[in-house]
Amino acid sequence: MPSDGLSISIEDITKKYGDFFALKDVSLEVRSGEFLTLLGPSGSGKTTLLMVLAGFTRPDYGSVKFGTEEVILKPPHLRDIGMVFQNYALFPHMNVEQNVGYPQKLRGVSKEKIKETVNNALKTVKLDGLGHRGVAELSGGQRQRVALARAIVFQPKILLMDEPLSALDKKLREEMQIELRQLHDSLNMTTVYVTHDQKEALTMSDRIAVINDGGLMQLDTPNVIYRSPNNAFIADFIGESSLLSVRVSKKTAYLGKAKILVEHSLEKDGDFSLVVRPEKLFLIDDKSVDINSFTGTVDDSIYQGESQLLIIRLNPAFHGDQLLRMRIPNGSAALSELPLIGSKVTVGLKKSDSYLVE
Amino acid sequence: MMSIWNGSVSETQIKFKNRIWLYAVSIIVLFLLIVPSLVVIPMSFSASQYLEFPPKDYSTRWYENYFYSIDWLQATWTSVKVGVLTIFVATPLGIMAAYGLVNSNAKTRSILFPIMISPMMVPVILVAIGLFYFFVQFKMVNSILGLVLGHSLIAMPLVLIIVLSALSNYDMNQEKVARSLGASRLRAFFEITLPQIKFSIVSASLISFLTSFDEVIISLFVSGGDNSTITRSMFLALRDQIDPTIAAISTILIVISSVFLIFMQLLGSPKD
Amino acid sequence: MNSTQNSIQGRINEVKLNQLDRQERYTLFGLTMPYLALVFGLIIFPIGWLFYMSFIGRDETLSLDNYRRIWESKAYLRIFKTTFQISILTTLLCAVLGYPLTYFMSQLSKRWANICLIGVLIPFWTSLLVRTYAWLVLLQKKGLINTLAVDWGLWSEPIKFVHNTSGTLIGMVHIMLPFLILPLYANMRTIDKDCLKAAANLGATPTRAFWTVFFPLSLPGLFAGLLIVFVLCLGFYVTPALLGGGKVIMVAMKISDNIELYYSWGAASALGVVLLVVTMIILFVASKLVSIDQVGNRN
Repeated sequence: MPSDGLSISIEDITKKYGDFFALKDVSLEVRSGEFLTLLGPSGSGKTTLLMVLAGFTRPDYGSVKFGTEEVILKPPHLRDIGMVFQNYALFPHMNVEQNVGYPQKLRGVSKEKIKETVNNALKTVKLDGLGHRGVAELSGGQRQRVALARAIVFQPKILLMDEPLSALDKKLREEMQIELRQLHDSLNMTTVYVTHDQKEALTMSDRIAVINDGGLMQLDTPNVIYRSPNNAFIADFIGESSLLSVRVSKKTAYLGKAKILVEHSLEKDGDFSLVVRPEKLFLIDDKSVDINSFTGTVDDSIYQGESQLLIIRLNPAFHGDQLLRMRIPNGSAALSELPLIGSKVTVGLKKSDSYLVE
Repeated sequence: MMSIWNGSVSETQIKFKNRIWLYAVSIIVLFLLIVPSLVVIPMSFSASQYLEFPPKDYSTRWYENYFYSIDWLQATWTSVKVGVLTIFVATPLGIMAAYGLVNSNAKTRSILFPIMISPMMVPVILVAIGLFYFFVQFKMVNSILGLVLGHSLIAMPLVLIIVLSALSNYDMNQEKVARSLGASRLRAFFEITLPQIKFSIVSASLISFLTSFDEVIISLFVSGGDNSTITRSMFLALRDQIDPTIAAISTILIVISSVFLIFMQLLGSPKD
Repeated sequence: MNSTQNSIQGRINEVKLNQLDRQERYTLFGLTMPYLALVFGLIIFPIGWLFYMSFIGRDETLSLDNYRRIWESKAYLRIFKTTFQISILTTLLCAVLGYPLTYFMSQLSKRWANICLIGVLIPFWTSLLVRTYAWLVLLQKKGLINTLAVDWGLWSEPIKFVHNTSGTLIGMVHIMLPFLILPLYANMRTIDKDCLKAAANLGATPTRAFWTVFFPLSLPGLFAGLLIVFVLCLGFYVTPALLGGGKVIMVAMKISDNIELYYSWGAASALGVVLLVVTMIILFVASKLVSIDQVGNRN
């Protein structure tokens, strides 16, 4: 089915508060019908960017287009987009039906049509029959759905969401992540989603825009971002990883004294970080081709339910005094051979899983 | 009984008997706060013209005095008129100012807020003579307009504080949501914010009325003649000769303000 | 300010965005305009004019005549003395009578505390004139207090309680008490009861816990209350005028007389300016003390 969602074109958006740049020359394209996540830590500017899209924050400079139309000068109430806020902001003096029907009322839709669309919207978010409830009687998850229904009842082409799941407990959050994504797919909207939870971003998005310090760091699919982060910040922020200090000299990488094989070419000399994903490490007995090996002692071994986390202190003589995190899934054969705390281990990392970032 | 006497009464584990002095003083002070006003009630039914208490004979002549006196009734009507008009001036101005203040940056707020509460900071006598002088220039002395403006001046800071407090407990995000859904700023305010602060607005209106109705000093200077307020008439009567009609009026006033107070407490209870 | 110069649209937008921003700010400011207009027109300008008039002497020229007269006249000095004395006494009495009651209220359950609060609010919302009149009645030679006291043998001759300083004080304390109680109560209510429990746990006797923990924490509210009462007393008119019987003359009454009886705006303005300046100084000093206090507390 062709997508109804509008594309969003963001160009050179800059927002200053005094000397502080909340956003600096941010440009990105959101494709029609895409689910794009703005991911970053608190204060990175991701919410500011969302507010610029919504029209609540006026940037100092730049352009925002929905489809082909320039909207940056339009006030929020004329932008015709759906928005879900972090704390839902349901209207307490109205019941569920009235909340969801409000945008329709504003658009002068007839009473019957309002009833029809409200019922449809409530059904879509799996809240049918709850129209007459008051806001105070709803659970957190139900309120979230009402906020969602209210945002989609008038069939906007663009949906903006500001960390809508952060107030929910873990289990509910993970369920809702899947539901929200399914909702997006069925409604053919373009969705821009803000979160600081990288796991959430990886789960739900078509593409992720990593924002930090008011700037766009990387815009790619979750797969690419996870596998090939552009820099140390992203590598650290996305997924769990250890960053080991590595020196590059004459096109060879050295971790302390040991040579490290990396899967990409090394053009520059200098100090870099080797990104090591904990689940990519494995125990080895001796060296083999195309595998980087590290020796060290097990500092700590922590049971974490689905996996065992080992903290390994690398041998200072070879690698410099650094820590490595390694995950072994519980239930794999290796469990019976789990190294004890204090024991010496050698772990390996495939060359194809080794890459450096700045 | 002994167990109560010796039992501890609070987290500080002070024994009841050691605290008895506290309870005594508190009850006495509370008593002295409430009771004196009540003495006017029996006074109002006293037959005698002199301020003797307890009254020897009872009659309703002072009430008759009040209800048959054109001057007193006119003064009452003036006070009511001015009070109601004050509601319609002080409340909207206060609400708009509060909204504007809430949506400005901190620097603007820190400059504007002191200016806005200045009528409360300046001694009333000075406000009164300032107004008097001003009104003399514009021939507004003894006018309803002058009274309303003067009383609104005093009432507005109270409205401002009440509405500011209500807005600070209110989630302004709701207005943002309404705007994202298609409501203009004005519409969002009227359809979403206003209904949710309506208790505070009603309280603010009542306080505006009471402030105006009770106001003495400004009324003394600014009103007179046909447009004398009841407070002015009462003050002059009290100063010049102690007419027990005042007792009758006072009783009526006590009843009215108690009704107002109870009304406001009932209104305020969902929040309090 | 912007590094990429590629976006022509961006540059066009910059101007318009700025415009919209300014428009919005002006509109919001505009909402406060009517209020501000009233305050400027009816307070700031008239008071400013009073300032000006205070410097116009009897001969209609600019001079310090009025101020000199205040400084030199014994009558004026007596008025200042009276005003300060009564204000300080009233404030102290309010503190002594009000603090225990407020403490009592703050330790009650919400329900009982609210009932007591209504008891405090009833006189607060009763007309000033009604309350003053009530004291006029009570304190008369043949009033309730004298009658009861003589009957009960407390004293033999009726004591003159009204139309003098005592009457004025009694009336003013009665009027001012709620102004002390309310801010103090608000403060006390926010004092964390756990602090007292902690003190007890650490070994403090109840009295010690009160003086070293509770009382210091209640000081901001007490301070606010004392301040409000004192400032109100300085400028107070109605009650001293009615209960003082012409013998207790306070600043506000003199200002009023100057205008009503003598129409001497110069003298009245000068006196008013003095009152205003004293009030502002007190408020200013108080605000500084509060901020220092808060900084100190944080350390």
